[in-house]
Amino acid sequence: MKDLLTEIWESIRRNKLRTALTGFAVAWGIFMLIVLLGAGNGLMNAFMNQGDRFATNTMAVFGGVTSKPANGYQTGRRILLNDNDIVLTQSALFAEHVDKISPELFKGPYTLVFNNRHISAYLNGCYPTLQEMNRIEMFEGRFINQNDIQMQRKAIVLAASHAIELMNGGEDYASMIGKTVTAGGITWQVVGVYKTDRTAQRVEDFVPVTTMQVLMNETNSVDQINFSFHGLTTEEENEQFEKTYRAALNRAHKAAPDDESSIWIWNRFTQNMQMNKGTHYIRTALWVLGILTLVGGIVGVSNIMLITVKERTREFGVRKAIGASPWAVMKLILAESVSITALFGYIGMFLGMVACEVMKMTVGQSSVEFFGETVRLFVNPTVSLSISFGVTILLVVAGTLAGLSPAMKAARIRPIEALNET
Amino acid sequence: MLIDLRQIHKTYNNGQPLHVLKGIDLGIDEGEFVSIMGASGSGKSTLLNILGILDNYDEGEYWLDGNLIKDLSEKEAAHYRNRLIGFVFQSFNLINFKTAVENVELPLYYQGVSRKKRNELAMSYLEHFGLADWATHYPNELSGGQKQRVAIARALITRPRILLADEPTGALDSKTSVEVMNLLTELNRTEKVTIIVVTHESGVANCTDKIIHIKDGIIGETTLNEQHQSSIFGTETIMK
Ligand SMILES: Nc1ncnc2c1ncn2[C@@H]1O[C@H](COP(=O)(O)OP(=O)(O)OP(=O)(O)O)[C@@H](O)[C@H]1O
Ligand SMILES: [Mg+2]
Repeated sequence: MKDLLTEIWESIRRNKLRTALTGFAVAWGIFMLIVLLGAGNGLMNAFMNQGDRFATNTMAVFGGVTSKPANGYQTGRRILLNDNDIVLTQSALFAEHVDKISPELFKGPYTLVFNNRHISAYLNGCYPTLQEMNRIEMFEGRFINQNDIQMQRKAIVLAASHAIELMNGGEDYASMIGKTVTAGGITWQVVGVYKTDRTAQRVEDFVPVTTMQVLMNETNSVDQINFSFHGLTTEEENEQFEKTYRAALNRAHKAAPDDESSIWIWNRFTQNMQMNKGTHYIRTALWVLGILTLVGGIVGVSNIMLITVKERTREFGVRKAIGASPWAVMKLILAESVSITALFGYIGMFLGMVACEVMKMTVGQSSVEFFGETVRLFVNPTVSLSISFGVTILLVVAGTLAGLSPAMKAARIRPIEALNET
Repeated sequence: MLIDLRQIHKTYNNGQPLHVLKGIDLGIDEGEFVSIMGASGSGKSTLLNILGILDNYDEGEYWLDGNLIKDLSEKEAAHYRNRLIGFVFQSFNLINFKTAVENVELPLYYQGVSRKKRNELAMSYLEHFGLADWATHYPNELSGGQKQRVAIARALITRPRILLADEPTGALDSKTSVEVMNLLTELNRTEKVTIIVVTHESGVANCTDKIIHIKDGIIGETTLNEQHQSSIFGTETIMK
């Protein structure tokens, strides 16, 4: 083994410039592969981050504007969801698929007051079930519960960021529990503090939807109905369900059953399915691009090794004349090819990872305003260790491939012909 | 018989076919010291390359130590070249990026001998040939005679039973030629190595025990030369 390494080192030492040039091609290939994969991961992580905040087997339903005349009404009529729609969703009609349900009723912004501190806040009237559906994690206390709903209690669950502001920077969330705050002319009792996500689009505080409807003159209206479901696994099944569901709601609101703009349904499950498909395509495309770049490097190494073999024909002839087997000669070329590829490949990989870190620290931190919402384009644009491991295997395979044809050429050299060359 | 050639034919087919060997019959026993002479282009090198399994032949049979050497795979050929045969070239064919001692130990590397043992053995050969001080020098720092002695050391390090030399003195002056021939003679006498030398020079041929003449692709006369007096240039010199 050591002898082999010495031989390779000799050969590389004698052809520094040539080795460096080919090495650069390989390093560049791997560098591009890593950077592309890193950028791709950044994009996808950003996507996922948005999706991750919700349980995936849920749908959100909103009221829209009719696009078809029906029951004597013209088009362009606003549809407002209300408690009846909740009852309808919960009814035997959809019981086969629908599990939990929670409306959301948004109001605000209000001025939230505590201890003479004022902040601006939106209130979200909901059911206890929203906690699970929107994956809300508690820091302290509890979420809205069933008693709050039934007794229309003035309970409020504060966002951690709001709690901090109200406590003038303090983070002792427990001390907030049981305190009262005012908002919208009503005095609320804090029952819990929940974790706010940095990427959340809008920070809101939760109250029982019933309380909100009664105290804030909303009677029985809701802005959104969320429900979780099961048993709908394919896109077709989901589509079919959405169609019957939409028709039922449309009928309840005296709109055309097949009106697609009167009721908006946002199906996070199919959304997710499409996103997975999308990310799969992106990932594949990036691998293909990166590998094509790498193939360029491989061809370069292969060419250089061919030239090397040509130049060293006589030497290989001598080696064979004194007893080198074809495999011994092949091994020499293959080992050299793999060494060059691996060495420069690793340099490329290292630089690629550095570039990913730089991306992470620059564009990875920036975000853009998108329809009034803050969206981060890149989240953690790096490649994982397993990918680096895969790249290592890729390099060895690439090096072997690059060396294969030159090595076989070298192994086939007939000593007599090699020695006759001058 | 160590080497037995029966009706060996060889034709080169580069463009115009050239029938070089036209039925060579030759037997050489273990321990013989033989030279092959003949005009330029008569096929001496061709014959020696066939003997060394560096080249193949078209017709006939080549028996080496009781084994038929025909249609060998490269791997088998490598085995014979490595274990049984040492080859010395006119142009030395040392590997120029390896030092003298590295060149000498290379055949042992292909036998899988350990680095340390290889080095010891190579050094002892170089010492024996008076080249100990040149062990770490590269070929381009050696004289022709020194290079040829390194090449002979390399050919001998595996203790082959046959040493084939194609004009080993061809690139040397008469004084170093004498040295190299003395070395070969000593090897033949003390180690009982079978030696076959191809040469143009009658002085070189005179050092051997038997002179085989090759003419028009067949073996001509064979002269026994036990007295080493056939050279018209005298017994002690090799005239250039
Ligand atoms: N590889 C080859 N292809 C074609 N012809 C060849 C080849 N090698 C040798 N020959 C021809 O075969 C003939 C014999 O060549 P060979 O080298 O055996 O002669 P030789 O007796 O060794 O001559 P010299 O004394 O000049 O070395 C020559 O005419 C030569 O041109
Ligand atoms: Mg010749």
